[in-house]
Amino acid sequence: MMLHRRQLLAAGATALMVSPLGARMAFAAAPTERRFVFLIQRGAADGLGIVAPVGDPAYAGARGDLAGDFASAPKLDGMFALHPAMPNTLGLYRAKQALFVHAVASPYRDRSHFDGQNVLETGGVSAYQLKDGWMNRLLRLLPEGDKAIALAAAVPMALRGSVEVASYAPSSLPEASDDLLARVTAMYEGDKQLHPLWQEAMATRMLTGDLGSDGGKKAADTGTLAAKLLSAPGGARIAMIETGGWDTHSGQRGRLGGQLKGLDAMVAALRAGLGPHWDNTLVVVATEFGRTVKANGTGGTDHGTGSVAMLLGGAVQGGRVQADWPGLGDAALYEGRDLKPTTALDVLIASAVSSHFALAPARTAKALFPAMTTAAGMEGLVRG
Amino acid sequence: MAGMSIALNRFGLGARPDDSLDAEPRAWLAQQLERYVAAPRPMAGQPASGTLVAQFAAYREQISQLRKTAQPAAAPSIPSKPAAAMAPLVPQPPIVQTGDDPAEALRKQFGQQSRELYNGAVTARALATIQSPAPFAERLVHFWANHFAVSGDKMEVTNLAGAFEFEAIRPHVMGSFRDMLFAVEHHPAMLLFLDQAVSVGPNSPLAVRAGNRPNVRRNLGLNENLAREIMELHTLGVRTGYSQADVTEFARAMTGWTVAGFGRGPVAKFTGASGRPGDFVFADAMHEPGTRTILGQQWPQAGEAQAAAVLDHLATHPATARHIATKLARHFAGDDPPPKLVARLEANFRKTGGDLPSLYRTLIASPECWAPGTVKFKSPWEWSISAMRAVGTQQLQPNAVPGLMYQLGQPVWKPGSPAGWDDVAGAWAGPDAVLRRVEAAERMAQRTRDQIDPRARAAAMFPEALSPATAQSIARAESNSQGVALLLVAPEFLRR
Repeated sequence: MMLHRRQLLAAGATALMVSPLGARMAFAAAPTERRFVFLIQRGAADGLGIVAPVGDPAYAGARGDLAGDFASAPKLDGMFALHPAMPNTLGLYRAKQALFVHAVASPYRDRSHFDGQNVLETGGVSAYQLKDGWMNRLLRLLPEGDKAIALAAAVPMALRGSVEVASYAPSSLPEASDDLLARVTAMYEGDKQLHPLWQEAMATRMLTGDLGSDGGKKAADTGTLAAKLLSAPGGARIAMIETGGWDTHSGQRGRLGGQLKGLDAMVAALRAGLGPHWDNTLVVVATEFGRTVKANGTGGTDHGTGSVAMLLGGAVQGGRVQADWPGLGDAALYEGRDLKPTTALDVLIASAVSSHFALAPARTAKALFPAMTTAAGMEGLVRG
Repeated sequence: MAGMSIALNRFGLGARPDDSLDAEPRAWLAQQLERYVAAPRPMAGQPASGTLVAQFAAYREQISQLRKTAQPAAAPSIPSKPAAAMAPLVPQPPIVQTGDDPAEALRKQFGQQSRELYNGAVTARALATIQSPAPFAERLVHFWANHFAVSGDKMEVTNLAGAFEFEAIRPHVMGSFRDMLFAVEHHPAMLLFLDQAVSVGPNSPLAVRAGNRPNVRRNLGLNENLAREIMELHTLGVRTGYSQADVTEFARAMTGWTVAGFGRGPVAKFTGASGRPGDFVFADAMHEPGTRTILGQQWPQAGEAQAAAVLDHLATHPATARHIATKLARHFAGDDPPPKLVARLEANFRKTGGDLPSLYRTLIASPECWAPGTVKFKSPWEWSISAMRAVGTQQLQPNAVPGLMYQLGQPVWKPGSPAGWDDVAGAWAGPDAVLRRVEAAERMAQRTRDQIDPRARAAAMFPEALSPATAQSIARAESNSQGVALLLVAPEFLRR
């Protein structure tokens, strides 16, 4: 279901909400006031460039010029500092409403964006193993009245499944759906003019959706819109926001700074727009995988493994960086190049979401991430 | 590409679901030259340029009055300006007072009105084209409007660009090049766009009189803009042997060609009161007296007749014939126009003195225009119109086409330059441009609500010319509307 902004606002947010078609089992007894936002960073965000382990003795040497942004960056604790482009997020951290979990990764261990995003969104252990998304399966665990919306042109994988979900794209010409793009790719395969053009367009697309391109204004608008949809009485309680532009193979410092500025503006707008609902809100920010520890030859970083995830919101038991820190020394790196993941992203998400919605942890984990191997959940992520 | 497919797509603007295509391709195209309607139904009700000029002049006068009231110190310095010259030429629309800045409110109101007028004119153009049973003729309208481009980026022209096409281009598309040239160079949109309306001969009565007054602003002078573009873009073509001296002399001959109801200050005094607003006027007081030397010839004519005689000469000049032949050949036979086709069109132009239907018939008869495959990458306008024809669009929201054309990178009547939009693939075939078409196609296709069978539509649009790869992509689509989206961005659909 696609909605245009005007229809949406004219009808009031309740009108756009979905009619559940699929079977939906209600595990929780009463409709919840809790809000949950999953913000995906498509393109592999560089966790080390967002929450930097400045206290790691190998950090400065490994990062070289990329460490420059952290010369005067605000310290989060004895080990970590936050990128200076995120003052609002820093404010949340100081108010104990932001929790950073470092050296995390999904079960995916290769380095393809598409496969990595598919694993992150479906909640499987390998790409295309599951046909629906973990957020859609989460909906089935929630009270009947709880609804979800995607702030994207088409419903992203994480929200696809038997429960119908609305999507809404803020831009006037929304990005085409991935399926159509894949079919266009195949159709242009044999065309010697269109094939290279299209390859370039697809490569560029990974880098666009720049959150910071207009000083974060569009990003803030998206945050405001999401807040409006989540605040409406009877409106959505779950939202997914897609962001792109994290694939910083070159000129990372400027681009990542812009991206983070946009993300920070989006979070600030979300918080402002939610008002009192912010206290009941959990925002999870995560990416498909991280980036190489060392810079490449073009001032950027290449596809890696471990990254950082953020839990933001009034419901978060924050004010700390949680990490079983593997270290950045050469011997400590995954495959000699990437931050070694020491925390499972699926465990983090399952634990945070189940306690946020007061769902049975084991059952939730099994529904969202059926192949999850770690039995022990993480405690103390969200206020009860 | 088989014949009918070429007629439909390369000459026309794509098939409509209700097109009956039983005619022979060349005959179908030739019939369109007879079937062409200069003022089709969607254009009824579009305001005439005179009305628009009057509105703009009144608006500008009001703004200047408001400024004077607000800041008496900033009053214009022209002394002894007769009060009559300051009177508005048309009844003034009521000023909407919001807050304490009436000028700002007026500006907003006028801006809003301009946007509505622009959207209305663009929508009328699009509807006329989408509905037209003579798409080849409509393509020619767009070709000529682009050849004689005005750009609505300039404030005075924003509202007039549509009227320019409706009044100066459309009536002459099936006439002679000379008549179209004259209509264009007399139209207020062109006279204002290229500053002809304010060009004053240095020895004209107006300049001489102003020069005798020591306190008068010395901004009266020659403006070569239109004269240059007539030679470079409209007629002879760039680097065809004319010199800077020819341009300057032609500009002197052109002085006095201006627009009634539009001049300001001393210009208005001599021209503003005579004639209905928006009408072409020849202001003798602005005209540079004397004989001119242009392209090696003496032009002794007096007044308005002088530039008209030059324009007549340019209209049938051999360089003009070659220039027009080259552009038409490029439009129908490929970015690098086949020399034989150019030569044939040029010879036809010279033989008939620029009879346009004869040129069109030459195109239809020329094998170069029927080269198999595709020879052109569609511009965003061509692509959008053919897409809307393909899905059978009947109605348009007022801002749908203007918005789409902005997003696809070709805002209607705003090429930003008097040279118009480029007519080569390099201008349009870029990665982002193609991606935007895919995005737009998906949205357009979604609106068809699975009511179109894309396999049948594709076969009808490209008779005997649909590639197996495209047919297969469409057939394998997950839904009808996805199949329509694929059809709209298929290689055959992006080109013609």
